[in-house]
Amino acid sequence: MSGIPHDHYEPKTGGEKWLHSRLPIVGLLYDTIMIPTPKNLNWMWIWGIILTFCLVLQIVTGIILVMHYTPHVDLAFASVEHIMRNVNGGHFIRYLHMNGASLFFVAVYAHIFRGLYYGSYKAPREITWIIGMLIYLMMMGTAFMGYVLPWGQMSFWGATVITGLFGAIPFIGEPIQTWLLGGPAVDNATLNRFFSLHYLLPFVIAALVAVHIWAFHTTGNNNPTGVEVRRSSKADAEKDTVPFWPYFVIKDLFALAVILVVFFAIVGFMPNYLGHPDNYIEANPLVTPAHIVPEWYFLPFYAILRAFTSEVWVVQFASFVTGGIIDAKFFGVLAMFGAIAVMALAPWLDTSSVRSGKYRPMFKWWFWLLVIDFFALMWLGAMPAEEPYATFSLIASAYWFAYFLVILPLLGVIEKPLPQPETIEADFNATMAKKAGKGSAAQQPAE
Amino acid sequence: MLKKLTLSAITALALGTTGAMAAGGAGHVHDVDFSFEGPFGAFDQNQLQRGLQVYTEVCAGCHGLKYVPIRTLSDEGGPHLPEEQVRAYAEQFIEVYDAELDDFRPGRPTDNFPENTAAGAPDLSMMAKARAGFHGPYGTGMAQLFKGMGGAEYIASLLTGYTGEEKVEAGVTLYENTAFPGGWISMAPPIYGDDVEYADGHSTSIHHIAEDVSAFLMWTAEPKMMARKQAGFTGVLFLVLLSVLLYLTNKRIWAPIKKKAKEQA
Amino acid sequence: MSEIANPHDAKSRRDFIYFATASAGTVATGAAVWPLINSMNPSADVIALSVVEVDLDGVAPGTRITVKWNGKPVFIDHRTEERIAKARADDTATLPDQAHDADRAVRPEWLVVIGVCTHLGCIPLGQRGADPLGDWGGWFCPCHGSHYDTAGRIRKGPAPRNLDLPSYEFKSDTLVSIG
Repeated sequence: MSGIPHDHYEPKTGGEKWLHSRLPIVGLLYDTIMIPTPKNLNWMWIWGIILTFCLVLQIVTGIILVMHYTPHVDLAFASVEHIMRNVNGGHFIRYLHMNGASLFFVAVYAHIFRGLYYGSYKAPREITWIIGMLIYLMMMGTAFMGYVLPWGQMSFWGATVITGLFGAIPFIGEPIQTWLLGGPAVDNATLNRFFSLHYLLPFVIAALVAVHIWAFHTTGNNNPTGVEVRRSSKADAEKDTVPFWPYFVIKDLFALAVILVVFFAIVGFMPNYLGHPDNYIEANPLVTPAHIVPEWYFLPFYAILRAFTSEVWVVQFASFVTGGIIDAKFFGVLAMFGAIAVMALAPWLDTSSVRSGKYRPMFKWWFWLLVIDFFALMWLGAMPAEEPYATFSLIASAYWFAYFLVILPLLGVIEKPLPQPETIEADFNATMAKKAGKGSAAQQPAE
Repeated sequence: MLKKLTLSAITALALGTTGAMAAGGAGHVHDVDFSFEGPFGAFDQNQLQRGLQVYTEVCAGCHGLKYVPIRTLSDEGGPHLPEEQVRAYAEQFIEVYDAELDDFRPGRPTDNFPENTAAGAPDLSMMAKARAGFHGPYGTGMAQLFKGMGGAEYIASLLTGYTGEEKVEAGVTLYENTAFPGGWISMAPPIYGDDVEYADGHSTSIHHIAEDVSAFLMWTAEPKMMARKQAGFTGVLFLVLLSVLLYLTNKRIWAPIKKKAKEQA
Repeated sequence: MSEIANPHDAKSRRDFIYFATASAGTVATGAAVWPLINSMNPSADVIALSVVEVDLDGVAPGTRITVKWNGKPVFIDHRTEERIAKARADDTATLPDQAHDADRAVRPEWLVVIGVCTHLGCIPLGQRGADPLGDWGGWFCPCHGSHYDTAGRIRKGPAPRNLDLPSYEFKSDTLVSIG
């Protein structure tokens, strides 16, 4: 395995050698857990472990829930209530699973924006980034299908609206939608296949996570400076890095524990805060809820979907050029998936030679505007589709695309980057010295 | 660190933008200071028992509670009635259809409360979670963050929100109600005050009756609330301890590395 | 920086923190695993049904009723004096599965047995008026011809044991709680 030079596992005893020559699994685990990691990683590098935890949490609680759940339109809602009322600790396990999805998305968005700021997507880490985007897409699919399973009103109508997006595809949309649902509308067939896929996809995600880790263990972690670890010799590499265990494992576990304090407070004290009251009403195909709003983590993209109405000139232009094949509805769908696609293409859209946003004075402003834009879209997605929200949504959506398609390519040309540190070691030492300078007496615990 | 804090504050703010119950002619829900609110709030057993009485004598005529097992009336963290009383209650007030007998028989604690579709009224099992209070301002959900989800408040507001105005539309009598979204509800005012007589001598004003039955319906919707808060509290407490220990461990592990870096700089 | 001044002291303190953290982590893991295991134990509705209360009011002497408990039939026989006497008389006889009638019925007039033949699990006959009662006036299993007496003891046929007894108690003269 290529990568940063470091010590590898050496089998010592006869038994170890026996296993190692047949299945080098201990060596693989050792290399993974002892991987040289840049010393200077900051607190935004914790999200990977949080995400791994979320995946495990969701799979484990999910397996338990499946033991008590019935995927049938007549029984699904009641079986969830059975979990809430009769199963030992079932209410808490279900709330963990429900809010676990939210924690998962909080972490994934933090993880993605960290990557966007520090240029983690840039060469040679494009594949890590693309795999990550695939994982994110699968997470959205899994979350969406999982939300259908309790068979509440919002489950049913969310499924109806979102699968309706596929109906917007010209010519083949309707057959695809019917195929997806297994009938003309969301019904038992839909519930059963969503259940099946909701159980399957997390394991696909787990496999992709392994590939994601494999990829960045080959290229090495990015770090806040964006400067690569020296690979000329093991001695040089060791100046820039520390082994993942115990240094970052403990640091990440500390962060995880702090985040779980908040998580447990939400699960214990306000588990329904992030949910919709309507989902405690059993699905009824004859009554639509007053406001169909997706879960919070879909809102930014939902806002983009709704932003492009037939009054927008881009939409009218697209419709004119394609002879009406791309109508407003289809345009909205394209825009929503396009918003994720442009993010996936960031490695090739960003022309700057500097990796980390820390040393890019102009980039910083645009980046933080993108973060604000993201939250604005999230808020707009929850607002009714009327003025002035429609116009705001359009502006916010436009900025999202402009950031990736215009600003990132242009900045690389016009921006004058700040000087970067020579090595990670230099950056780390300087940071430590600066911290020590700030009143070392107060900082150091008197021992 | 500050950046991260700011970010999480924005996240918290944005997370509130869900629900979106508020918009579109939402009625007025007044805040009630229920005993079960907040991390340490607990159900008031006596109130739940009074609420059960109100449900039985007033609501049960039209509304069912089909997801609620009668035996849970004796659960700790709920009305906590003695088991004999629950059995007597089931026999006296509940009649269930038994498929094995192909006939109706008196209820048993192991039965659920029956469903009631006679008047086309919604089931009340989860009503207190299926409704919510004010999700504002501006869809931020801050009100719910501080005042709770507001399902029980909604029910109490609805029960006391009748103005006395009526109108007939398409042959259906509608009653004006300040809490109901849209303002006109097809349910006739169910309580007026003094509709029941409490054994514990508690006030039977319309507000008290409405609050009692709302609290009871909060329990039917979330019967494990006490256990949940308990588990949450234990979890939070233990994780705080674990965080402190991990913080100290982390500090210790990194100390030699950071020390070396300072010396080199 | 006492690590330099007194390295031994610092080391023991460090070890303590590591140990405490590891212990707390282990406890946290255990606390997380237990609810998952416990969730697979019988749920509250199943447990609630594992105790069945039967109202015996109106069950006349000489009649038998069947109730379902834990997915199995339970035979309740309101025994007449004659049946009790018959059962008691055979206490001293040589039986395939020796048992005293007094040990098989908490109250002599009420015999409560699980109505599953101990041979291969058939339901013996004898609960309905027209059923054959077997040679000893108790129950008769038609599958392989096992005869049970009025105390539910096996007397003839391939069944190895007497009819099993559920655990039950009388809450009052007319209310029995099985399970």
